[in-house]
Amino acid sequence: MNDFTLSCPLPITNRKTIVLGHGSGGKLSAQLIRQMFLPAFDNPLLNRLDDQAVLAVGGARIAFTTDSYVVTPLFFPGGDIGRLAVHGTINDLAMSGAQPLALSAAFILEEGFEMEDLRRVVDSMAEAARAAGVPIATGDTKVVPRGAADRMFITTSGVGLVPEGVNISAANARPGDQILLSGSIADHGMAVMSKRENMEFEGALESDTAALHRLVADMIAAGEIHALRDPTRGGLGATLVEIAASARIGVEAESAAIPVHEPVRAACELLGLDPLFVANEGKLVAFVAPESAARVLAAMRANPLGREAARIGQAVEAHAGLVLLKTEIGGSRVLDLPFGEQLPRIC
Amino acid sequence: MKYVDEFRNHALARSLFAEIRRAVTRPWVIMEICGGQTHSIVKYGLDQLLPPEIELAHGPGCPVCVTSLDLIDRAHAIARRPDVIFCSFGDMLRVPGSAGDLFQIKALGGDVRVVYSPLDCLKVARANPDKRVVFFAIGFETTAPANAMSVWQARALGIANYSALVSHVTVPPAMVAILESPTNRVQAFLGAGHVCAVMGWEEYEPLASRYRVPIVVTGFEPVDLLEGILAAVRQLESGRCEVENRYARAVRREGNLDAKRMVFRVFEPCDRAWRGIGVIPGSGYRLREEFAAFDAARIFDVGDIVSQEPAECISGLVLQGARRPLDCPAFGTRCTPETPLGATMVSGEGACAAYYNYGRRLSQ
Repeated sequence: MNDFTLSCPLPITNRKTIVLGHGSGGKLSAQLIRQMFLPAFDNPLLNRLDDQAVLAVGGARIAFTTDSYVVTPLFFPGGDIGRLAVHGTINDLAMSGAQPLALSAAFILEEGFEMEDLRRVVDSMAEAARAAGVPIATGDTKVVPRGAADRMFITTSGVGLVPEGVNISAANARPGDQILLSGSIADHGMAVMSKRENMEFEGALESDTAALHRLVADMIAAGEIHALRDPTRGGLGATLVEIAASARIGVEAESAAIPVHEPVRAACELLGLDPLFVANEGKLVAFVAPESAARVLAAMRANPLGREAARIGQAVEAHAGLVLLKTEIGGSRVLDLPFGEQLPRIC
Repeated sequence: MKYVDEFRNHALARSLFAEIRRAVTRPWVIMEICGGQTHSIVKYGLDQLLPPEIELAHGPGCPVCVTSLDLIDRAHAIARRPDVIFCSFGDMLRVPGSAGDLFQIKALGGDVRVVYSPLDCLKVARANPDKRVVFFAIGFETTAPANAMSVWQARALGIANYSALVSHVTVPPAMVAILESPTNRVQAFLGAGHVCAVMGWEEYEPLASRYRVPIVVTGFEPVDLLEGILAAVRQLESGRCEVENRYARAVRREGNLDAKRMVFRVFEPCDRAWRGIGVIPGSGYRLREEFAAFDAARIFDVGDIVSQEPAECISGLVLQGARRPLDCPAFGTRCTPETPLGATMVSGEGACAAYYNYGRRLSQ
C-alpha cells in the first residue's frame, strides 16, 4: 500500500510561523486554507469554499457559518465589534440566499477588561440582532489572563434556511452574468484604519456595517441570482478574483463604475492604498442572469442598503479565472489577490 | 477630488496620446525616475496605449528597492533587540533581508510598528521612556525633510531615547551613474515630481547640458505622465536638451527652501551603496556629527554584517533601466511577491512588483 496521504500538509511557503498576512484575506490566507485546513478537514461541504456550508436536513437546506471578530479598536465610527459580529455572520448566511434563523455568540474576555465597555458591546449586539430580527440563541464565555487576548474577541455562528428553488454559490456564476455591486466600497476598512492610527481625515469616514439579508431577499424576489459575496477582508478585488477562480469564468469590471465615497478615496490616495482591496462590512456583489439584471438592480436601489447600487461589469467566457479591470483612461490591468495586508506606501 | 480627477480625465488622456503619436517619428527610450510613476504607468496601462516607438525604462526611484541588503540586515538586527521599538514606513516591512522580513521579526516578538510620519516616532518615544525607539529613515529627497525634522525635534525636545537609522539616497548622482554606464540606453528622463517639489530643478540643469539629455519634471497622475512624455518626445525630436517643468502645480525652480534648509541642517552628503547597483559617490545623506547621539548606526553595535544577494536577481539592472522585469527568467516563477528574490518585487513602487500586480504576466 502506498503511504502517500493528502492529509500531510505541504509546507506553507517559507513561513515557520504565522504572520499577520495569514489573516488578511489575501494570498497568504488562501495558502493557509488550501495547504493546512482543506487537506486535513477534506469534505465536499467545506471544499466549496463559500462563506457558508449548505446542509440537506430532511427536506430542507440549512446554511451554517461561523466567524471570529478581533477588530481593534473595539469602537469605531459607524459601528463596534458587537454590531460587526452580528452583521457579519448574518451576511455570511445571506450570501447563500438563506433566511437567518439564529446566532450563537462566544466571548473571549481578557482579565482586566472594563465591564462598562463590555456592556456597550453587548447592548450594541442586542440592538443589532433585534433590528435584524435574528435572535442570539446560545453562547459561551471564557476569560483568559491579562495579555492572552486583546480586551475581547467574539465568535458568532449562525444557521439559516435556504428557500426552495434558491441555489446561490460562487461556483454558479456563468459567462454573460451581469455584476452588480450594492454600493460604495472601502468605507469600513478606512474608518477602522483612521481610528486605529489616529489619523485625522477631513470629512467623516464611517463603517458601512449592516445586515444584508433583507436586501438579498428583495433581490431574489426580483430575478435570477447565480452568485453572491460580501466583499469583507481583501475587498471587492479579492472577491472578484475568488468568484472568477471558483466559477472558472473571466470577469471584466470597469473602474469608473465602482462607487467610492470622496473622503474614502482621498484617504486611500493619501496612504497609497487601493480601495479595491480594502474591507467592507455592509456591501455585496452579485452575479445575475443578464435578462433579470435590470429588475434586480432596481430592487437593490429601492432598498436603503442598495441605494448606490451599480452595474460594475460582466462575466465572460474568455480569460477564465482572471479579472480584467478597465482603467479610467482606457487601459486595462489584471486584478490579483493581494499578498497580505496592504501596506501604506512611503511617498 | 480636486487636483486628481482632472489628471485622470479620459478625454484629455486620449488627446495627449494622439499628440504623442503625431510628435514621434522614431524610437526613443525615456526613463521615468520615480517608482511612483512606474506604479501609475502600469496601474493605468499607459504603456499599452503609447505608440510602439516609445519605450519607457523604469528608473531607480523606489526607496525601499535601493536600500542595501547590508543596511536592511543591520535594521533587522536592531529590530530584534528586546529593548527596541522599531518604526518603519509600511512598505519596508516586507522587504526581505538575508533572513526573513520585519513581519517575521514582529511575529517572533519584535516590537515593529508602521508609522505614517516620522514625527509619530517621537510620540512613541515619549510614551515608552524605558524603550529605545528607532526609525528606519529611508527615502529620497522627498522624505528627507520630515525625517530630518524628527531628529531636529528630538534634540529640541530632549527626547533622548529616539534615534534614526538613516539610509537616504538622492536622485541626481543616480542619474549620472546611469548616464555614464557603458550600457546606458536612456535618452530622456521624466524627473521625479515629488523630489523636485522639495529640491527644485536647478541641480538638473548642468546634467541636461553636460549629457545632452532632456529632463522633464513630471507628476504622477496619468495626464501628468502623458504631458511629461509628450514634452520629452518633442525635445528629442527637435534635438533640444533642456530641463522643463510639467508639474507646475507642485514644483518651483528653487524648490521648497524651508524644507531644504532643514535637510542640510541635519544631514550631510555621503557615498551610499544602492541595492543591486553598488556604491554611488555622493548619492546619500547621513546625520551630521552634531546629531551623533540620534544616529542608530553609531548607537547600536550589531557587529560586522556582510550580506550576499541572491545570484539570480537582476534587480540592479532593472533599476538602471538596462533590463526589464519580463527579461528575468525568475520573474513570476521563482520570484513573486510571496517569494521575492529582490526588493523590486516587494514594494508597490518596485518595477517587478508593479508588473506582477498589474498583470503583465498576460503579455508574456
